[in-house]
Amino acid sequence: MTIKLHVNGQDRIVRSDPSTPLLYVLRNDLELNGAKYGCGLGQCGACTVQVDGNAAFSCLTPVAVLEGKSVRTVEGLGTATHPGVVQRAFELEQAAQCGYCIAGMIMRAQALLDREPNPSDAEIRAHMQPNLCRCGTHMRILRAIRRASEMLKAMPASRKGATDERHG
Amino acid sequence: MSDTGEVLLRRRAFLAAGALVVNFSLRGNASAQLSGGGEGSGGAAVVDPKLIGDLKASPLLDSWIRIDGTGRVTVFTGKVELGQGIRTALIQVAAEELDIAPETIKLVTADTARTPDEGLTAGSHSMQDSGRAIQNAGANVLALLKREAARRWGVAAGSLSTNGQGEILSGDTRKVSYGSLAEALSLHVDAVPGVSLRDPGTYRTMGKSLPRVDILAKLTGGASYVQDMRLPGMLHARVIRGPSYGTRLTTLDIEAAARLPGVVKVVRSGQFLAVVAEQEWTAIAAMRKLQASDFSRTAMPIPSGTSREIMKALPTREIVILDTTDAVAPAVVSVKASYSRPWLHHGSIGPSCAVAKYQDGIMTVWSHSQGIFDVRRVVADLCELPIEHVHGIHAPGSGCYGQNGADDVAADAALVAKAMPGRPIRLQWMREQEQGWEPLGPGMVTDVEASLDANHRIVAWNYAVWSNPHNNRPVGAGGVIAGGEVVPPHPVPEGKPIPMPEGDGSRNSNPLYVLPNMHVLYHFAKDMPVRVSALRSLGAHLNVFSIESMFDELAKSAGVDPLAMRLSHMQDERARAVMQTAANRFGWAHRRKGDGYRGCGMGFARYKNIGAYCAVVLEVEVDEDAGRIRVHRVVAAVDSGTVVSPDGIRNQIEGAVLQSLSWTMAEQARFDGLHRRSFDWSAYPIHRFEDVPGSVEVHIVERPGLPFLGTAEAGQGPTAAALANAFADATGCRLRDMPLSAERVRAVLAARDRA
Amino acid sequence: MSTRLVRPGGGRRAIWLGLVVFLLGVLVAYAATWRPPIEPVARPLPSAFSAAQVERGSALASLGSCAVCHTSEQGATFAGSRALPTPFGTIYTTNITPDVRTGIGAWSREAFRRAMKAGVSRDGHHLYPALPYVHFTHATDEDLDALYAYFMTRQATEAVAPANRLIPPLGFRPLLAGWKLFFLRQTPFEPDPTRSVAWNRGAYLVEGLGHCAACHSPLNSIGGEKQGMAFAGGEAEGWKAPPLDATNPRAGTWSVKALHDYLRGGIEQHHSVAAGPMGPVTHELAQVPEADVSAIAVYVASLMNPSNRVEHSVDVVDRAALAAAAQPQGAEIFAGACAGCHEPGAPMTRERRPLLSTATTVLANSPDNALQAMFSGIHSPEDGQTPYMPSFHDTLTDDQAALLAAYIRLRFTNLPEWSDLRAAASRVRAEEN
Repeated sequence: MTIKLHVNGQDRIVRSDPSTPLLYVLRNDLELNGAKYGCGLGQCGACTVQVDGNAAFSCLTPVAVLEGKSVRTVEGLGTATHPGVVQRAFELEQAAQCGYCIAGMIMRAQALLDREPNPSDAEIRAHMQPNLCRCGTHMRILRAIRRASEMLKAMPASRKGATDERHG
Repeated sequence: MSDTGEVLLRRRAFLAAGALVVNFSLRGNASAQLSGGGEGSGGAAVVDPKLIGDLKASPLLDSWIRIDGTGRVTVFTGKVELGQGIRTALIQVAAEELDIAPETIKLVTADTARTPDEGLTAGSHSMQDSGRAIQNAGANVLALLKREAARRWGVAAGSLSTNGQGEILSGDTRKVSYGSLAEALSLHVDAVPGVSLRDPGTYRTMGKSLPRVDILAKLTGGASYVQDMRLPGMLHARVIRGPSYGTRLTTLDIEAAARLPGVVKVVRSGQFLAVVAEQEWTAIAAMRKLQASDFSRTAMPIPSGTSREIMKALPTREIVILDTTDAVAPAVVSVKASYSRPWLHHGSIGPSCAVAKYQDGIMTVWSHSQGIFDVRRVVADLCELPIEHVHGIHAPGSGCYGQNGADDVAADAALVAKAMPGRPIRLQWMREQEQGWEPLGPGMVTDVEASLDANHRIVAWNYAVWSNPHNNRPVGAGGVIAGGEVVPPHPVPEGKPIPMPEGDGSRNSNPLYVLPNMHVLYHFAKDMPVRVSALRSLGAHLNVFSIESMFDELAKSAGVDPLAMRLSHMQDERARAVMQTAANRFGWAHRRKGDGYRGCGMGFARYKNIGAYCAVVLEVEVDEDAGRIRVHRVVAAVDSGTVVSPDGIRNQIEGAVLQSLSWTMAEQARFDGLHRRSFDWSAYPIHRFEDVPGSVEVHIVERPGLPFLGTAEAGQGPTAAALANAFADATGCRLRDMPLSAERVRAVLAARDRA
Repeated sequence: MSTRLVRPGGGRRAIWLGLVVFLLGVLVAYAATWRPPIEPVARPLPSAFSAAQVERGSALASLGSCAVCHTSEQGATFAGSRALPTPFGTIYTTNITPDVRTGIGAWSREAFRRAMKAGVSRDGHHLYPALPYVHFTHATDEDLDALYAYFMTRQATEAVAPANRLIPPLGFRPLLAGWKLFFLRQTPFEPDPTRSVAWNRGAYLVEGLGHCAACHSPLNSIGGEKQGMAFAGGEAEGWKAPPLDATNPRAGTWSVKALHDYLRGGIEQHHSVAAGPMGPVTHELAQVPEADVSAIAVYVASLMNPSNRVEHSVDVVDRAALAAAAQPQGAEIFAGACAGCHEPGAPMTRERRPLLSTATTVLANSPDNALQAMFSGIHSPEDGQTPYMPSFHDTLTDDQAALLAAYIRLRFTNLPEWSDLRAAASRVRAEEN
């Protein structure tokens, strides 16, 4: 069946069973590597993307429910040559060991910073709770998110906008 | 507290008294160390023992380094990137010795067709095995380049220098690029020993924290993992098994599964069963349909009870680790304690995955296994192919922390690929399959009894440790699950102990402290009620927990400060330095005294007594009613010898601390007689953001010029001990069985309140 | 012809009389609502209490689930500051650690007893019935003293709760005196000699410290439990608390053992998982003496199933094909969002986790709890024993949740379909916590 999605600011058409979780469509049909399979049960967050700006488990979001909604993945935040603010902060803090959880961490953090640009440490920890890291990179991830929030504060307002104009 | 001189004198007195030391070398002779830490096949056979690191087995320079006409350098290593940053570190090593910019180096990791066989990337051996080989190969190559330049210019090689940009300079204004020299040179020659390395004082790259070469791609959705591979014509496969090791499904409707739309093939070989589909979701749906089946147990029932009860009931053979007899002052107090840890999951965030393709008689397998050359042996054995027809290539997975499902999945993928020639097969385990089938970190027990004399000196040390084998790394088909499913099944090889100084269950059972009358015995139990294999740090997690807890228990009974207790028994200067660094940075001398709720504790170990030194000090606060131990502050100090990447070391130790806190406080695999019950993250919770410490600091004690020391596993043991010691300081209660769970914390504090 | 009701000239006198009566009324009301402060005491030393008394108090505190309300997310236990949403606004729980300045460290035993039995704070102000003193009032003095001993021997934590945010007139605490006139019956518990020891123990706990009726009874518009409808079902934090009496549609399937297992472990294989506020309650009950949980089960079973008839559990219904044909969109959503846990063959189904076909939420007359589970998820304390269901609040619209609920009801039950699911989804989402 043909499904229309809006991913990273672009309309995309895929041929997929509507029950297919977004995770597999992103990875296999759209060849986007960021969101990862960790559990398929909504327990680890490796698959985290943004749906209408909210952090969501793409492993449990069938494409059937995405009509009219916009999806953003880590590829929509920036590239290796032009990384987004949060990606840049993670790079500066070297906030990764195996790195498998990190794209999910970045998307969950982005969802927080989109609505609360100045979160407290306690708020960051509570917000990031759904995402697991087994390598123990948590301290760096927290530092990276704080750093991203500081970098955002220092940026002029005109440059802060999301790459996708359909959500703020 | 006695000073070093007095301690040294005593040591000589012990030796003079005719001490007998069995199976252990105090000096940690490097040549007694096994490639890959003694796990798996241990790499290729030694060809030239005079060479350093894995040059011993692969002495040809062009096995390690090639330079093309444009000066681009390719470096080959048999080690692999597991998330520990080894790719970047080895590039730094090569860049340093060749004196070129790291960006100009391409590093090829384990590939059976292209790189040396360096055995496993395990045991914190990579810098020692591969780092030193590359370092020395680089020095050899540079020497050859200089010799060639010298020949061209008619000058002495010793008058030449390098400028860090891939050029050799003469004393005057002449210069030549490595590229133009390399064209005339063959690197297909053996390395020679004794080539001098660069002076650490001139280092441009090593010792600096270079950003890791792989992180940016991982942040921006670059294809970085075996899970990201896409090959033309690739199909998706899922394997169908019972819920956990030692079970199988009994009511399978395979014909119905084969008829599901989108299923391309159902592959069967004996008990091995997999579905293959064009769409990944189709394969998953088909798998779920087949999994809706009853299951039965194929192996012996899993015994019930604590790890202590289970391990002490198994038949064992005894291995003497240490046995010394010394004349000492009489003992005035003895402390006796037993410690334990449960079986633990590796808990890799990304369940294991592999891609395999069988075409024109050649089987290619992409796997995140720590031992690609062993994957090749396993696949050749399982698929009945000549080994030259099997090509293994490493592609990173998520952190594995030891032997997880990687090898099994590589074998599964190969079996499916063999049944579907010409089609690349991507086989991914599901979360519950990783939980259910991967080998676990073994449950272990220790019994310790130590005595003090009137001067608070330890005069006797009796230590016994019970463990299953930790090294069940597959080297043939019998080591992987599919090997037991095909017909005829390959027998599971018997697990063997790893000899000291590496050790397995015995790892770090030999204290680095100078103690008289040491009796350390390893009860090796070869029968494994639960499938087990190496988990990061192997036996060191429990052994360091036990030794360091006992030190605190002794210190408490003597009324001695825990740090003072350690220093008075430790001669090794580097050990003393890390302990004192961590303590000073923590503020140990003026720390808050345990007040019933808050307290501080420390732990120390030198990994395997031949690896990195690490001391961890931490402060906890205990919430008695919730049973929760909050870690406020952690300060660690580490000595890794020559530092390649300071940030890489800090990252490793921070990670080790957090991982060990989760293991030690929160984790235990669960079973009933029939199967594993810890099947997903709800049934096996690990620490999340709300659980991690308030702050973690890592201080590196620099030792330029000294050999590299493997750091990846140095933090787990000391952290576990520091936690138990801080809890005891805070509450006056001692917890000796891991995990230090909420239930146990509440129980021990309730008992304290009753008394 | 008009009748003059007030004689001219008598009007001014009437006004003065009215004013005097009014002032007298205010004085009387003030006198009636005023409670004297009880003098602060020096914080008692932990050694003043026996270990046995403290241990008893610990069990009682778990039975009363004190920690659940009096602890905030990531806060120290008993230090308060948890936000409790009520129909009247948000109340923040108080610090009941023995901190002298910000907790109850200066409270005498009498002050503690008065708070629990009469809903009056040490300094005399009335406490909101968010503290269920209408139930605690039935506890014995001995038990209250044990609780006092327990709280006085906890770790003192400094913490001040944020100010309550209540609908304006309710900030005026003396009004509560009037409320109590209607709803507080300070009667001691009277055991029933015709019943077993366990039943009486269960009754004492349930009617008293357990305060089950506070959630499991319907409340009237001013927050009092409706007369004569105890245990007829209620709600808490957006979840429906099922009836604990014979009106429960599955009353016959709740044996004493099933109740015991549910209360003790938070899961009953043929019913449900303890969700929403009940999760933490079962986590507390896992820590109390076994006999007390059994007693509660005995009592509740007697309310639900007085004739003790035992029904077989509902048959496992799974009409996948029928439901997929009738509700194709719901089927698609289920396959992608739910099947990984809830489909036959999913790993969870092997681990004694409830099947949807026997789940209380799915078999209930109201779809509210099923929708709430979808929106809020189920987040029991992570102890490796209880399930974890993620929240679908951000990925399912009300329409999609309604379609999914209709499919689940049709596939896994033989019961009449839920009506007005779309409206129910909107309503439940608004109540979500």
